[in-house]
Amino acid sequence: MNDKIYRIILFIAALIMPIVCGGVIYALVTDAYDAFEHFGFFRFLTSSDWSYTEGSEQYGALPFITGTLMTTLLALIFCIPFSLPVALFVGEYFKGRKIATVLSTVTDLLAGIPSIIYGLWGFYTLRPIIMALNISEQGSGILTASLVLAIMIIPYAASLSAEFIKMVPNDLKEGAYSLGATRAEVIRKVVFPVAGSGIFSSYVLAIGRALGETMTVTMLIGNTNNVPNSITSTGNSMASIIANQFGEADDLRLSSLIAIGLILFLITAAINMIGKIMIKRARIS
Amino acid sequence: MKKIYSSFMTFILALAMVSCGSSSTNDNRSAQELSGAGATFPLPFYNVVFEQFSQVNGDVVAYGGIGSGGGVRNLRDKIVDFAGSDAFLSDKEMADMAPVVHIPTCMGAVVVAYNLEGVNNLNLSGEVIAEIFAGEIKMWNDERIVAINPGVNLPEESIIPVFRSDGSGTTFVFTDYLTKVSPMWKKKFGAGKSVNFPSGQAAKGNPGVAGVIKQTKNSIGYVGSEYAFAQKIAYAKIKNQQGEFVEPSASSISAAASGDIPTDTRCSITNSSAEGAYPISTFTWMIIYKEQNYSDRTKEQAIATLDLVKYILSDEAQNITSEVHYAPLPDRAKELSLKNLETVTYNGVTIIE
Repeated sequence: MNDKIYRIILFIAALIMPIVCGGVIYALVTDAYDAFEHFGFFRFLTSSDWSYTEGSEQYGALPFITGTLMTTLLALIFCIPFSLPVALFVGEYFKGRKIATVLSTVTDLLAGIPSIIYGLWGFYTLRPIIMALNISEQGSGILTASLVLAIMIIPYAASLSAEFIKMVPNDLKEGAYSLGATRAEVIRKVVFPVAGSGIFSSYVLAIGRALGETMTVTMLIGNTNNVPNSITSTGNSMASIIANQFGEADDLRLSSLIAIGLILFLITAAINMIGKIMIKRARIS
Repeated sequence: MKKIYSSFMTFILALAMVSCGSSSTNDNRSAQELSGAGATFPLPFYNVVFEQFSQVNGDVVAYGGIGSGGGVRNLRDKIVDFAGSDAFLSDKEMADMAPVVHIPTCMGAVVVAYNLEGVNNLNLSGEVIAEIFAGEIKMWNDERIVAINPGVNLPEESIIPVFRSDGSGTTFVFTDYLTKVSPMWKKKFGAGKSVNFPSGQAAKGNPGVAGVIKQTKNSIGYVGSEYAFAQKIAYAKIKNQQGEFVEPSASSISAAASGDIPTDTRCSITNSSAEGAYPISTFTWMIIYKEQNYSDRTKEQAIATLDLVKYILSDEAQNITSEVHYAPLPDRAKELSLKNLETVTYNGVTIIE
C-alpha cells in the first residue's frame, strides 16, 4: 500500500516536467505563429529590419541571431585559454591535491555569482577600461559583452573538462611514460585524444549557457537593433531584445519577440542535445 | 500568452498587496490597496505622493515603474486600478479599450544630458539635437554646435548618442519635440515610444540612460529631469520658439503649459510658443477607466482610486512637485480634471455627486 502511494507520487512528480516543457513549446509556437505567418518563416530569419513605424512594421530576427552567435562564439574563444589550463591543473597536474581542490572550488564559485553582478562589474569596471584603451569609443558592444560572458562560462567548461581529464585511465598514461614520453606529450597524445569528446561536450554545454544569458548582455551590448559590423560595434542579442522590449510590445511586435524566443529555445535545445550525445559517446569509449 | 502574463501580473500584485496589508482605516470606508503601473518618468514624484496619501488616508498604493506602454497594457488587461503614462493615448488606442479618463498629475521636463569634460554650459537648439541623434552631426566641435555656443571650448571628439532600448513615454516626448522642430526628423524617424535611432547606444529605463551618460565621455542623451539631477549630470539649455536658451525649471516648465488645454487634457506641450517656456516639457498622466466596475473591483476600491486622484490634484500634493524637480499643474488642468472625474461611474452611477 505504502509502496503504491509512493509510486503514484513519483509518477505525478515525474509527469509534471514533460507537461511544463510541452506547455512552454505550445505557448511559444502558438504566439509566434502570427509573426511567422505575417513575415514568412524564412524572411523572418533573414530580415534585418526592426522598424516600429505604425502601419508598416517590419520585424526580422537577423540582427539578434548574429548578435547572439557573435557574443557566444567570442565568449567561447576567450574562455578556452583560461578554462583548459584550469581543467588540466585540476584534473591532471595537481590531481587530488589540496591546491587543486581550492582552485576548483574557486572556479565553481564563479558559477554561483548572479549574472547581474557580472553585469555591474562589466558596466562599472570593464567598460571604462575598454574606453580608456580606446578599443571602442562607447565602451558597450559585442566585445565587452563577450569578455564578461567568457568569465561567466569558464566554470562550466573547466569543471566538466577536469572530470573527463581525471577519467583518463592511468594504465594508458603509464604506458606512455614507460615509452619515454614527457608530460606534455602525454597530455597531447594520450589525455586529449581520450578525453577529447568529453572536453568538447563540456564546451558545448558552456555555449548553451552563454546563448541564453540575458541580464549581463543587456547591460553591456549597447542594445542597438542592427547587424553588428565589427566586434566592437553595438548590437543586441536574442535574449536582450526580448528583455528590452517585452514590456511595451503588443500585437505583431509581441509575436515577433516570442518568435525570437522560440528560435533561441530551439538553438539552445539543439546545442544541449549535441553536448549530451557527445558525453554519452565519451562515457562509452 | 496574454492571459498567462496577466494572471502572472495579478499574482505578483496580489503578493504585493498581501505583503503590505494596511492597519489604519478611513472614516467612511475600509482602507484599500490600490495598484498601478506605468511610466518611470514621474516615479520620484509618485513615490513621495503615494507615501503621503497612505499616511493621510490609510490606503496603500503599489506602483510599478514598468514603462508607459506596459502600464497602458496592464490597464487594458484590467489588472491595475490605474496606469501612469507620459504619452496620452492615441485615438486608435482609445478605440481599442473601454472609455478612459486622462488625469494629468504633474508636469516635467525631458532634459538633454551630456558628459563633456570641462563643459558645463551648453546651448542646443531643436534642429541641432535632431541632427545629432540622426547621426548627421558627428563631432562635438561641429560648426553648427559651435555657432550657438560662443566662447565654449568644444572638444574634437565624436558624439555618442544614448537612447532608450525599451519603449518609453520619455522617448515619445523627446521625439514628439524633434518632429515639431525638424522636418528631417519628421520624415526619417517620426515620433513614438520606440524609434529607430540610427547611431549610438541604448540603455533600459531612465536610470539606465542616465547611468550610461554618466559613465561615458562625450555622450549625450535624453532623460526625465529628475534622473539627471539625481546623478548630477550636466544638461543643456534648449532654444525655444522665442529664441531664448532656457533651462528646465519649475517656472520654465509651467510656462510651457500656459496655452490652451483641451477638455480631455490630451495635449502635447512640447515646442511651446510661450515666453520663457522650456520646449521639451510634458504633462504626465494617470489613466483610469470611466466605468470603475471591472475585474471584480468593489465600489470602495473605486472610491479609493478617485480619492487618490483627487489627492494628487490637491494643493498639498501639487506643492511637492517642485521639491522633486517637477512643476505643478496649471489651474486650468486641475479644473478640467476635476470635471472629468465627475463622469467616472461605478455600475453606471457617478461616484462623485
